[in-house]
Amino acid sequence: MTPNPPQNRGLTAIDGAMALIVILLIVQIWLLSATLESYLAGHREAAVPGAIISAILFAACLALYRFVRRIDSDVRRG
Amino acid sequence: MSWFRKPSSAPLWREEFSVFTADERYVNRRQFTKFLTLTSFGMLVGNLWILGRSLLRRAPSYPRLTVAATGELAVGGVKTFTYPTAQDPCILVRTAGDTCVAYSQKCTHLSCAVYYEKAQNRLECPCHQGFFSIADGSVLQGPPQRALPRVVLERQGEQWVAVRMEGETT
Repeated sequence: MTPNPPQNRGLTAIDGAMALIVILLIVQIWLLSATLESYLAGHREAAVPGAIISAILFAACLALYRFVRRIDSDVRRG
Repeated sequence: MSWFRKPSSAPLWREEFSVFTADERYVNRRQFTKFLTLTSFGMLVGNLWILGRSLLRRAPSYPRLTVAATGELAVGGVKTFTYPTAQDPCILVRTAGDTCVAYSQKCTHLSCAVYYEKAQNRLECPCHQGFFSIADGSVLQGPPQRALPRVVLERQGEQWVAVRMEGETT
């Protein structure tokens, strides 16, 4: 069994982060469509929790993006 | 901007365009991740837009509008009018001797104009075969998910007067 070189380890971490972002994005798209459907049906009470959860999901995506940037700069620098 | 790009000695072009083939895999993934994050931001903006619309929405005002005289329509007769504004088509149906009902004429699916089908005693949307109950505007069949908004009518002497809407959405 050959050891995984650092270059590939970085790629594995980035791929994992990307997969997580894709999952979060799918949830966010569903959330937006559900909130919009609810709003168009005249139910305004879903707007606040929808916006809060969407902000949390975006913050998670942003954190993962920063993680990817850090891995990228670490691996390519070193 | 420091959230998106760390200050470094390397110029931006060197970060964004890899010189080495091995680095290209990283650059491609990082750029795709940035695209996904921006898409996520777009979703957030959409949710914030809905929130803003919800918070800033004012209660609509409904004028009193004489729709028809009581003897104007035969039983099963139909009259179209606009209420509460000129951009809101509605349909009035005389269902029985002394009973009239009125609904928004815009289908709640994709806003096609609904019409009264006398033989079936229901409102029909010809675009996608959506059927609504004449009694309360609820969906009987088809793609619409919501009932038709109802125009509340009051009888004043020999006239039917629209006073407000019920079940209106946006």
